[in-house]
This record gives sequence, C-alpha cells and structure tokens, in this order.
Amino acid sequence: MLIRHEWIERNAILLLVLVLITVAIGGIVEVIPLFTIETTVEHVKGVRPYSPLELAGRDIYVREGCYLCHSQQIRALKDEVERYGHYSLAAESMYDHPFQWGSKRIGPDLARVGGKYSSEWHYAHLTDPEAVVPESLMPRYAFLAETPLRQDRIAAKMRTLRELGTPYTDDQIAHARDDLVAQATVDTDLDTFRKRWPKAVVVPGNANGPTEMDALVAYLQVLGTMVDFADVSTEQEKQ
Amino acid sequence: MSAAVAAHSEAGLEMPVYNEAVVRKFVIAAMFWAIVAFLVGVTIAAELCWPNISMGLPFLNFGRLRPVHTSAAIFAFGGNALFATSLYVVQRTCRTRLFGGDALADFIFWGYNFFIVMAALSYVMGYSRSQEYAEPEWHIIAFLVIVWVAYAVVFIGTLLLRQEPHIYVANWFYLAYIITIAILVLGNNAELPVSFYQAKSYSLYTGVQGAMIQWWYGHNAVGFFLTAAFLGMMYYFVPKQANRPVYSYRLSVVHFWSLIFLYMWAGPHHLHWTSLPDWTQTLGMAFSIMLWMPSWGGMINGLMTLSGAWDKLRTDPALRFSVTAVGFYGMSTFEGPVMSIRDVNALSHYTDWTIGHVHSGALGWVAFISFGAMYYLVPVLWKRSGLYSTRLVSWHYWIATLGIVLYITTMWVAGIMQGLMWRAYDQFGFLQYSFVESVVAVHPYYVIRLLGGVLFLIGGLIMAYNLIMTVRSSRTEPVAAELPAGIAVAGA
Repeated sequence: MLIRHEWIERNAILLLVLVLITVAIGGIVEVIPLFTIETTVEHVKGVRPYSPLELAGRDIYVREGCYLCHSQQIRALKDEVERYGHYSLAAESMYDHPFQWGSKRIGPDLARVGGKYSSEWHYAHLTDPEAVVPESLMPRYAFLAETPLRQDRIAAKMRTLRELGTPYTDDQIAHARDDLVAQATVDTDLDTFRKRWPKAVVVPGNANGPTEMDALVAYLQVLGTMVDFADVSTEQEKQ
Repeated sequence: MSAAVAAHSEAGLEMPVYNEAVVRKFVIAAMFWAIVAFLVGVTIAAELCWPNISMGLPFLNFGRLRPVHTSAAIFAFGGNALFATSLYVVQRTCRTRLFGGDALADFIFWGYNFFIVMAALSYVMGYSRSQEYAEPEWHIIAFLVIVWVAYAVVFIGTLLLRQEPHIYVANWFYLAYIITIAILVLGNNAELPVSFYQAKSYSLYTGVQGAMIQWWYGHNAVGFFLTAAFLGMMYYFVPKQANRPVYSYRLSVVHFWSLIFLYMWAGPHHLHWTSLPDWTQTLGMAFSIMLWMPSWGGMINGLMTLSGAWDKLRTDPALRFSVTAVGFYGMSTFEGPVMSIRDVNALSHYTDWTIGHVHSGALGWVAFISFGAMYYLVPVLWKRSGLYSTRLVSWHYWIATLGIVLYITTMWVAGIMQGLMWRAYDQFGFLQYSFVESVVAVHPYYVIRLLGGVLFLIGGLIMAYNLIMTVRSSRTEPVAAELPAGIAVAGA
C-alpha cells in the first residue's frame, strides 16, 4: 500500500482527485438523505410562512446576529422541555431561510418565546433590557424603535422566498405592504388579514408607521406558536 | 545577490529565486489581523461582563462584533498565516517559483485582504447571513470565490512545476484544505439574492437540512481551515525548527487520509438532541469519536519529530510555541470527541464549555503554531541574522500561555456550571434555577476570561514589537541571500 502511495505523491492531479473523492463521501451520505427521506420533516398542521411584518422582523433578527446569544431549538431533554416547552419539531423551521437554531445560550432559548410575554414587555425589554431584567447581559436595542421599517422591499423578498419553495400565494404577495402596516396598527379591520395570516400577533405600533422594533416583536411573538400540540400525535412526531 | 545567482547558474546548478515578497506581505497582514482579532475578542468579552459599554450603539453590539472577532481570528489572522506559510512552503519544497507570476500572487494578497475588510465592515453595518463562520453576504462570497480560485491555480500550478519528484507531506495537507474549503464555501453559500443590487439574500436551505449543511460546513471549517492546513504548517516548520526529519512517513500517510475522510462526517455532533434525525446524529457521533485517532496520529508525528532534539526547547522559545501548539492540538482533539458523545453533549451544548474548547484549539493550537512559524519566518524572509530578542519571545510565550490557561479553565467551570444549573431539580421536582440565575453565576468567570484574553493580547503586542524591531534594528544585521556559503563567496 505504501509503495503505491509513492505513486500518489508523485502525481499532483491524482492526489487532487483522490482528495476530492475522499472528502465528498461524508457529506453525500449525511446530507442527501435528509432531502429524500420522507419522515425527516414531520407532517404537522399549523406551520405557515411568515407574515410580511414577521418576515421583516426575522430579517432584523438575522441582521443583528441574535442567534449568537439565543438558540431557537429546544432539545428533546426533560429539563429543556420543562423550561421552554415542547421540544422543537423539524417542521417548525421548515420555512426558515436560513435556520436560526444557534449554538450558544448566553440568553435563554427563544424557540417558544411567542406569547410568553406581552408585546409591551418586549418593547420595554428591547429598549432597555436591564430595566426589565436587572441581571441581563443583553445590549440595548432602543435604536430599533427609532428606525422606520423599510416597506418597499417586502414583496420582492416574499417573491424570492417563493422561488426557493415557500408557498406564498399571489394574494399574500399582492397585499404584502398593506399587511405589513396592518399588523402594526391596532384598530384596522383585521378580518382579511387574519385569514391570510392565522395566529399572527398584532403589535401596538404607532401613528407614523411600523418601526423595526414593531417587526422584531411581531416575529418574536409568533415563534413556536404555530403548531397546536393538542392536535399532534406521537406518531407524527416520530422520525 | 544576482551576481551570486549568475555565478551559481554558470556552475551548472539550477537555483530557483522564490517569490518571497508576497510571503512577507502575508506575514505582515497576519500579524496585523492577529492584533485586531485579539482586540475585538477582548472587547466582546468585556461586553459580556458589562453589557452597557456598547452604549446601545448598533455597530458596537455583541451580535455585530462577534462575527468580526471570529472572522478576524479565523479568516484574517489564520487565513493570512496560511497563505504566507503555504506559499512559502510550496516554493521551498517544490524548489520552484510560484506559478502564475507575481501579479497573480499579489492579486491573491490584496484580494483576500479586501474580502476581509469588506466582510468586517458589512457585519458592523448590519449585513449578516447569521450562519456561524459563514456570515458574509453573497456578493462578498462571490468575490472570495474568485480569489480562492486564483489561490488554487497558483498552488496547484506550483505543485505541477515542481523540481522535486515527491510532493512533500505539508503540501498534501495544504492541497486538501484548499480544495475542501472551496467545496464547503460553495455548498453552504447556496443562496438567492433578493435582487442583484441588494446585499440581502436567502439561503436555499431551510430548517433541518440547512442546519446539517451549515455544520457540515462549520465543522470542516474547523477540520480543514483550522486543522488540516495548520498541520501542513506543522509538517514544515517543526522539522525545520528542530532540525530533525518528520518522525514517521507511514504515520503521516495513514493519518492524512483518515483525517480528511473522517472529518467530513463529524458535523452532526453540533446538532445532538435537536430535530435532526437520530440516524444522522449517531453517524456524526461515531465518526467524531473515530476522529480522535488520526488527530492524535498527527500530534504524535509532530511531537516525536522532536526525538533527540528536546533540548532545543530550552534555547529556542519559538520552537516552544510550535511544540506547545501540538500539545494543545492533542488536548483539544481529545476533548472534541468527548464532547461529541450525545450524553456529554446534553450537558455541554449551548454552554461556555464549547467556547472554551474552541479557544483551546484557536489560541493553543492555531495561534501558537502560527506564532512559531512567524518567529521562524521573519528573520529568513527579511534576511536578518536572528530575532531582535529571544527574551521577548519567552515573555510572549509565558504571558500567552497563562492567558490560555485562564481562558479555558474558567470556561470549563462556567460551562459545566451552566449545564448543571439548567438541569438541576429541587426537592419538589421543579427546576431549581431560573435562567437568569445561571447568567449571574458565570459573571466572575467571564471577568477572569477577559483577563486571559487581555494577557493573550499583550503577548501579541510583544510579538509585533519584536518582529518590527527584528526588521528595523541594527542589532539584527541583514545577512546575504540564503545561499550555501561557497556560492555566496563565489558571487562576492
């Protein structure tokens, strides 16, 4: 074997090709079946694509690197389930481009933070975390409340995601900007909005139009709330 | 010097003239980015002790600065050190000048460092893909791909032009790293921009598949950027500094192929107990444990090269860096497989233990092996009679080592404590601690960690001073080009 290795180290192209083959195998075996095996992502009801305001909020979450301190993945361990709620299903991040499971908890997990606190709590907390949690290590995000949310790109973003497989309907994309504003306006007529975006949380907002903080809070408030676990059987959860 | 070379070729011997100018540039950049990486690291470590020092300014927030720290450490400092050493080693061991000409080599230097600056600026300005170690947006990655292709062309071209029959072992590792990083970056950056004129893009992958691909990328950024490539560095500079041949050829063959094969399977250990299917987690764990063997194969080969030359550690503090690096490599490649066991991972994941593990590898292995190589390279590249001060190298060594020890021991304690507090139950069967209690408990350890980082930074500054003085001081007289004595005389 070692004699033949001499062959390899005398031939750069052979070395290159063999390295290429050697390093390709692991990835192929581990990644491709995840796209083909039917049970990788559970078939559960309730998971929908993000509403325009939630999507805008998610983009801010991604932009600010929140995942560096907050995971969004409750592991199937007793203490985690008791602390944060039902362990995360693969289906719950099936519309996340990219996933935000994170790898470090400097702060708590956020996979099911939606509905855990009031929107007002989130505004106060994001503005000055220490005012709400004196021991917090979180920086202040008050600037988000002063930054108006860009509204002109939301439909383009949803169209991009649709090309990647997110099932946004024409109706949802056509009303993207209206819904973006509606979700941050308490007293608008919400019937059609609710039909398009079930379980979306309307945030207080203000008269001058949605801010980046409104969007972020709308996103946080929907996290982990889409699946109604009363409807999910253990069969469905099995992988 | 040219007279010497002319005389030399008249004598009928081929004397290649290497492109050392580009290597010098990469060494300077590596030193510069090392200081930047340590400085930003110290800054964000301080933010975790006293969060309000960021003053609520968006560009100083932890979330934006942390990628600056990791990119500066891995890609800027580590990357420039790898460019410097790989382009130096490939010329020396192939006995030929870099393929593609000086302009292409300079393009790689300026292009790569432009990529670094663009990436760092984009994070602080609020552009991030929020995928760990893969934060730059699509347009910056597109530019990186061009630079990387140029790098591959130069490196492989030089291998093909070599004047030596065999490709030296260090080059196997460098080659594997160049190819694999290209595959990983292309695979993990598959994304669709919202528009050609916007930085924002969305990854092609979602949820569970996205997580798997990210950690296939992420773990092999560790495996190939921070391990295989730095092993290439070890295989050249440790034998050079010790003036001994590599301990075992057979071991280097076996551990090279097993290392690059096994590493690619280890990614799922970042996703234990998550919604990633169990079969993938189990595969990842099994291969991570197996990975211990080739890792230690490399460590043994590096350390045993010192056989018969251990006394040099007393007199050559630069060699001390390289050897200690191999020791840290052995330690963290043992710790890694342990942490990849699902039940250990249940405790360690999401805690500061992971941060400590990363830093025993990054500071102890990557930075130390680079320091050793740079202390060796600077006098050679600038044709000096020696380093300005070996005493300062010793000071650097001990201060930096103390810094690492403070860093990793406090992160072990903090991490295991977090893990235990999160899973502790009281006598009534309720969770004993709220999350924020674990935040309060780690504060003292975060302060000690900061101190460890400051020590490491001070060591880096001592090194920068020493290297600058090596180049500029009259104490280190320039020596003639590195030619055998007889030839130099003939030229003169």
